[in-house]
Amino acid sequence: MIFDQKPKMLFVAEKTVHNPYFSTLFFNAAIDFHPGRFIMVWIPGMDEKPYTISFHTPARFGITIEAKGRFSRRAAALSPGDWVGIRGPFGNGFDIIPSPDVAVVAGGCGMAPLAPLVERLDPNLYFVHGARTKDFILYSQRFAVKRHFTTDDGSLEHRGFVTDLLAAEIRRRKDQAQPQFDMVYACGPEMMMHAVFTLCQAHGIPCQVSLERYMRCGFGVCGACVCSDRVVCTDGPVFHSDQLQKMTDFNRTALLKSGQPVALSEYVSWRCQ
Amino acid sequence: MVTFLGIELKTPLVLASGILGNNAGILSRVHGAGCGLVTMKSIGPARRDGHNNPTVIDLGCGMINAVGLPTPGYNNMDAEWQALSDRDFPLNASIYGGSVTEFVEVARFVSDQGPDCIEINISCPNSDHHGMLFGVDEKAAHAVTAAVKRVIDVPLIAKLTPAAPDIGRIAKACEDAGADAICAINTAGPGMVIDIEAKMPVLAFKKGGLSGPMIKPIAVRCVYDIFRAVSIPIIGLGGVTTGEDAVEMLMAGATLVGMGSAVRYRGIQVFDMVNQELNDWLAAHHTTLDNIIGAAHPGDSGADPENKKQAGPDTIPAPPGGTP
Repeated sequence: MIFDQKPKMLFVAEKTVHNPYFSTLFFNAAIDFHPGRFIMVWIPGMDEKPYTISFHTPARFGITIEAKGRFSRRAAALSPGDWVGIRGPFGNGFDIIPSPDVAVVAGGCGMAPLAPLVERLDPNLYFVHGARTKDFILYSQRFAVKRHFTTDDGSLEHRGFVTDLLAAEIRRRKDQAQPQFDMVYACGPEMMMHAVFTLCQAHGIPCQVSLERYMRCGFGVCGACVCSDRVVCTDGPVFHSDQLQKMTDFNRTALLKSGQPVALSEYVSWRCQ
Repeated sequence: MVTFLGIELKTPLVLASGILGNNAGILSRVHGAGCGLVTMKSIGPARRDGHNNPTVIDLGCGMINAVGLPTPGYNNMDAEWQALSDRDFPLNASIYGGSVTEFVEVARFVSDQGPDCIEINISCPNSDHHGMLFGVDEKAAHAVTAAVKRVIDVPLIAKLTPAAPDIGRIAKACEDAGADAICAINTAGPGMVIDIEAKMPVLAFKKGGLSGPMIKPIAVRCVYDIFRAVSIPIIGLGGVTTGEDAVEMLMAGATLVGMGSAVRYRGIQVFDMVNQELNDWLAAHHTTLDNIIGAAHPGDSGADPENKKQAGPDTIPAPPGGTP
């Protein structure tokens, strides 16, 4: 069993390379899982970063890595038999609403925390996944439920934003007097999540989104990940719309490693290094 | 309500520096959760990222950390100072520097931003070049305290390290140099945790300060020693997690009680919880906060500096070698 105290060293048990951008590392260990929770992943001698759990069975869990920064490229290059240190899980996770009228909106690697959520939600959910191109689509064979795609270049299904499809579906339900969504779940770039939040607010639909900030402790003491007066690692990473509307830092401000607050765009370009 | 250095505090509880104090929003929330005096994360002379992770690890009995004094730098925090300028809570600004000159430079600027008090961090073990050297040497502690005192307009608190061979003497040097209060203790050690599979220290900085319940006896001893050495008030912290821990710290001689790692174990609401537990204990024992401050000191009331001086500063010998 993995604990939220000092890291436990685990071998990479198996690795799935989804495409040139995404890989999943599997570990054979039990962990107290709930969709949306995360772990801290330590590569000894290098650094330690938060990763959401994207696969879970009683004796195995996996994390999906997008190779784009210094750490994630190294993590994605790990092979079965390599050691990493794991501590966690941390954070609250998504509130699961038992209703057929829910939507899941994933952007890019924001699919990772949402995938195990989708597997626990009602199969009649409305499911949208946005990606840069068709080559960036994650988990192409994973889901039994229907998934709608949007791509930036139109290489798969709708060309445009995930909110185009979500807005159309909300409108369709309204026009055809069908039950409206009881909950919308979103994870992806913060700008996308803010657009989902704004759309949901306009229609009085509650939503939950999963935020990302630079983290150190993972358990709510160091303050590195504060977003307004919320501590992302323990109050979140999943936040409900009633909290998001009070968080003025949402889609606006994040702290650098030094603690300096900067515009989100500057933070994002630093995080991708 | 308690009054400390002329500042009205709604509870005798203090947020330790380095815990959560990263923006005005979270400081306000901690105050709202029952903390009388909130402390900003230590502010340094220039932007500093701190160490790579792992920086903070829970060990169950407490934590080990080497975050490494990250700071935007005092003159790179305009938005934060602005947000704090119309606050409705008492604010303690923790500062650090690598030299007396740097301490003075930061202190002068920070004082102008209007905190209710300034805490000089002369005790951080987690940087090779900052802080702790001042806290283990009487002359250095005196020099930096006196220099900072000259350039600030608000009360000065000296934050001390248990690594000092005789923390009472350091506290006395700070008092003689004009410190208005002592805050003790910073993290103990430093210690080290090695992962036996990885065959290397877990923290990226290798060693780190210990905090939480495992250091409480060290903290209580330090506050006890300091109380016998000085007449200025003490913020006692180190491992306090419950109301009874707070009572123990007050009896050792603290006027206020700080908490940091306790947030890990009981959440931000730990301040309200400990305040309630403290008040319940006082009520059950038909006593008051003022009556228990220093109550563990034999032969004097503790609350009266005159009595304290009669007891003498060195009736309790310091343990050999300071911290384990």
